[in-house]
Amino acid sequence: MKIAIIDYGAGNVKSIEFALQRLGFESELTSDAKTIKAADRVIFPGVGEASSAMQMLRRTGLDTLIPKLKQPVLGICLGMQLMCKHCEEGDTKGLGIFDVNVVKFNTNLKVPQVGWNTIFNLKSALFKSVEENSYMYLVHSYYVPTYNNSIATSDYGLEYSVALHKDNFYGVQFHPEKSGQIGEQVLENFIVNCNK
Amino acid sequence: MLTKRIIPCLDIKNGRTVKGVNFVELRDAGDPVELAKIYADNYADELVFLDISATEERRKTLAKLVEEIAKHINIPFTVGGGISSVEDVALLLKSGADKVSINSAAVKNPKLISEVAKRFGSQCVVVAIDAKQIDGHWKVHLVGGKQPTDIDLFEWAKEVQELGAGEILFTSMDHDGTKAGFANEALAKLSEELHIPIIASGGAGNVKHFEDTFILGKADAALAASVFHFKEIEISDLKNELKSKGISIRI
Repeated sequence: MKIAIIDYGAGNVKSIEFALQRLGFESELTSDAKTIKAADRVIFPGVGEASSAMQMLRRTGLDTLIPKLKQPVLGICLGMQLMCKHCEEGDTKGLGIFDVNVVKFNTNLKVPQVGWNTIFNLKSALFKSVEENSYMYLVHSYYVPTYNNSIATSDYGLEYSVALHKDNFYGVQFHPEKSGQIGEQVLENFIVNCNK
Repeated sequence: MLTKRIIPCLDIKNGRTVKGVNFVELRDAGDPVELAKIYADNYADELVFLDISATEERRKTLAKLVEEIAKHINIPFTVGGGISSVEDVALLLKSGADKVSINSAAVKNPKLISEVAKRFGSQCVVVAIDAKQIDGHWKVHLVGGKQPTDIDLFEWAKEVQELGAGEILFTSMDHDGTKAGFANEALAKLSEELHIPIIASGGAGNVKHFEDTFILGKADAALAASVFHFKEIEISDLKNELKSKGISIRI
């Protein structure tokens, strides 16, 4: 099992590598197109600001590579947001894998949302053995509205998508690598149970 | 519903935990990784590591420790203490820290906040503010609260929010170490005037203090050290009790 973590200068990616290690999987941090294409699973992380992250993807040609990948791909946090059509943050055109726009929280609650929130309406093999209303760790100011590719939702002033699935592409808004054992279960499901 | 966070804080010197801890299950009472793991397994929501070493080797030692922590801990953690440049931050994040806490350096050079936020995102920028009341006015203090400044707490908090801080860790020097409760009035005012999360610190002594700081102080998270290290409060008991009071808590 070859797992590639896409490296395009996005913040703390070590944690994903370490979480996979705890699960018994080795992974490679890489920006090399060949290595990414040849991997059995691809993880697309991301923290930081949308437009500068997108710029880095464009600079390395990863923006055209990622949407063409055939193996299971998991976008995490900003990674998931960049897989959408458009991000309000920095008025950024996304990769367009998910046909939905990412918008800013418009609420009297604190923004960014920081901390542990429950996830529910769980669908797909990604959430095998994960109970409804499990807690996941989230940090974000922008969100994906619920739509027909949502496979999990959460509530922060309104119900919104915390996980997406279309064909071989998966995305999670929460940080599975930082969400205790339940988060690690989601990562394991992606590696073991998400064949498509 | 988003939950209120409980955050144990560990003081680190030369890669070891400083304050004596009272954990019989620890094989090595000075090992931050072992202690952190116990807290994570007991449903701490996050951890803060505050480095107080003053040696020349400190950056390397801390980075090595951060990597060890990241290997073994599956919840978010913040690293603070002496961070004064974008390079310091880059090294800690690269080693596996989720967030950094910047204190005195941010006062001396506010641009540091915006530089770090721009390069790594606001989500990793916690600005720590130590303050104490002088003639009824909350004034920011530096160097672990030793050096007073003329800066107003609330004005500074607003400024760091504008500069790109993702969270504020507010320690009341008037309450720290007293075990008489958090500075709830000032905390509530911060929460009302700002839109980023506020972490309450200084004064935790019993369960009621946590309840008060979440309700009266409107804090988003509460940080404490000795009450947890000396097992005066067990995190699981604390969380169960807070939950029974109707506070949103992860158990």
